[in-house]
Amino acid sequence: MKKHISFLLALALCLSLSGCGTVPPSGTSGSGSSTSSGDTEDSMPTTPGKTPNIPTAQLSDQLTGTLKLGTIGPLTGGAALYGTSVANAASIAVQEINTFSEQFQIELSSQDDEHDAEKSVNAYNVLKDWGAQIIVGSSTSTPCAAVAAEAYADRMFMLTPSASSPDVNKGKDNVFQVCFSDPNMGVAPAHFIAENFPDARISMIYNNADSYSSGVAQAFITETEKLGLDILSITTFPDDNTIDFSVQLSKAMSKGTDLLFLPIYYTPASLIMHQADAMGYDSTIIGVDGMDGILGLKGFDTSLAEGVIMLTPFSASAGDPATVQFVEAYRAKFKEIPSQFAADSYDAVYILYAALSYYAEANGGLDVTNLTYPELCELLIDVFTDSDFSVDGLTGMGMTWNATGEVNKLPSTVVIKNGTYVGI
Amino acid sequence: MLYNLINGISLGSVYAIIALGYTMVYGIAKMLNFAHGDVIMVGGYMAYCASAYMGLPALPAILFSMLVCTLLGIVIERLAYKPLRNATSLAVLITAIGVSYFLQNAALLIWSSTPVFFPKLIDLPSIKLGHITISAASIITIATCVVIMIALSLFTNKTKLGKAMRAVSEDKGAAQLMGIHVNGTISLTFAIGSGLAAVAGVLMLSTSPLLMPTTGSMPGIKAFTAAVFGGIGSIPGAMLGGILLGVIETFSKAYISTALSDAIVFSILIIVLLVKPTGLLGKQVREKV
Repeated sequence: MKKHISFLLALALCLSLSGCGTVPPSGTSGSGSSTSSGDTEDSMPTTPGKTPNIPTAQLSDQLTGTLKLGTIGPLTGGAALYGTSVANAASIAVQEINTFSEQFQIELSSQDDEHDAEKSVNAYNVLKDWGAQIIVGSSTSTPCAAVAAEAYADRMFMLTPSASSPDVNKGKDNVFQVCFSDPNMGVAPAHFIAENFPDARISMIYNNADSYSSGVAQAFITETEKLGLDILSITTFPDDNTIDFSVQLSKAMSKGTDLLFLPIYYTPASLIMHQADAMGYDSTIIGVDGMDGILGLKGFDTSLAEGVIMLTPFSASAGDPATVQFVEAYRAKFKEIPSQFAADSYDAVYILYAALSYYAEANGGLDVTNLTYPELCELLIDVFTDSDFSVDGLTGMGMTWNATGEVNKLPSTVVIKNGTYVGI
Repeated sequence: MLYNLINGISLGSVYAIIALGYTMVYGIAKMLNFAHGDVIMVGGYMAYCASAYMGLPALPAILFSMLVCTLLGIVIERLAYKPLRNATSLAVLITAIGVSYFLQNAALLIWSSTPVFFPKLIDLPSIKLGHITISAASIITIATCVVIMIALSLFTNKTKLGKAMRAVSEDKGAAQLMGIHVNGTISLTFAIGSGLAAVAGVLMLSTSPLLMPTTGSMPGIKAFTAAVFGGIGSIPGAMLGGILLGVIETFSKAYISTALSDAIVFSILIIVLLVKPTGLLGKQVREKV
């Protein structure tokens, strides 16, 4: 009998481990489609591509020639959603620019790396042979760090849309990010609270088994300490299948907190809102990009999320004209709602366009056709680290870069009112 | 303190109702029905569909879900376990795991992995006790658990069918010689266990209304632990084990650490089993060599 039970317990342990699935960050699904190289001849009937999605004041007609741009990301395999988003959105941005600008054209090639570091380096070499002058990629962190090492040695300029790990650009002056690096996502909410809710009694619940959630939480803790704010209750939960938050909430409630920071995905957040409501705990809830998608949860009583504040670089449901135009174009071409990765990639192409324009404007013209990639690399590093260079994009206003390659931007703030997202 | 106690008992009640299914099936068929946790999930989806698509009110929706789960339990037993009645226990165990994965993946195909939010079937105002608020769902969960416990012990002790069930669990061969329909009794056990799983599913989803194909797996594991804790095969044991597990889990979260609560729960289980290998209320059975 003893033997029996120990065997069963071991089995139970195995099953409990296999039961811990992860929840995808948003409700989008991969289409598996990949972009062909050289998108220039492709016709695009429905997209308004006439006006680019950044202020035209930042663009220059002094910029001429044809730029060969390569993107790298997983187009197949388990992480295909990320790479296809990047490739798809880049192709939209390239088509818009090619339609808009007469004398400056971009040729695009998107290579698959299957979210694998070695294959990502192979993809990079394929692009180099093709004649790529700038790389937008890689889309995911580990492959990107591998490619970055090669590109650093080669002096190839890299702008990664979505690889958020600090490893990507540590010690490399030629690698820049469009997305926030992981720790920075926790900084903005701390400042937001200090400015808007200086007297708030703060509590936080996060998932301590998830690197995204705990990374943001740690940054938030450090930043609130700097700002002199106290977090009265910090509690955690072990995985996204957790069903009972009553203890965490009653702790927050017993400390008399009235502001709850949730750096977690929207599925556990929806349960927290439901259970807080059932126990009569009323507080202002602040979330980050993982919270995006909560209103799309089938059957969710949106009145529970009333007043939730979200600090996110990109929300496909935001109502500003630039986002609406991008979401429409993306949906018309790829039949799905663009993810944050898509928006990052779309911004990446326009940021490069703006950077080259900036240089052309300052130096009385620039023809990119015959520039080698090391020449472009030095030129772009100068522009990106120039403190006057800043770009407004879909994923943030006033993007500037520091010498390590991290972006500094303001995430947009949206609040949920009457069941929809409203910008502040 | 009181608040945590009530929450713990409420969570434990759900574990207890699920644990009943494990323990009854184990008692009678000497097998572990690992698909039991997934029957909870099916029960949840059935109640969801009944209320969201067929527009049924709360009680009929729950009854519908119980009916479907009862049938599902019988079908699973007939198709997957009955042909293996004389096979080794390992073969049956692996089959049970197979059924569990089958149910999860079928749910994945039908309802996809995107979670749905469970409708409010129990829509009663929360109760205020001094400065604490207790949700109606918790109270109803505890009450249902008590009712089920009383009904089930009356059933097994007083009715003919219940006596037949106990007889089969004591000695299958002898029971058959006494004129008891063994296969029918086993099916009945599965039917009751699965019907209870549906109830547990609805109760659980009323307090934590996020429904997805993996919803049943973690509570299933916890309830199985509760059944072993209380002494597998024993109905009062499952009840006691479930409620204790819920209370220990809530208290260790509240007073020790939210991060370590599961580790604490399972270490207590291991300690109990070291001291009392058959669980709290388990019978000492001497195995013949």
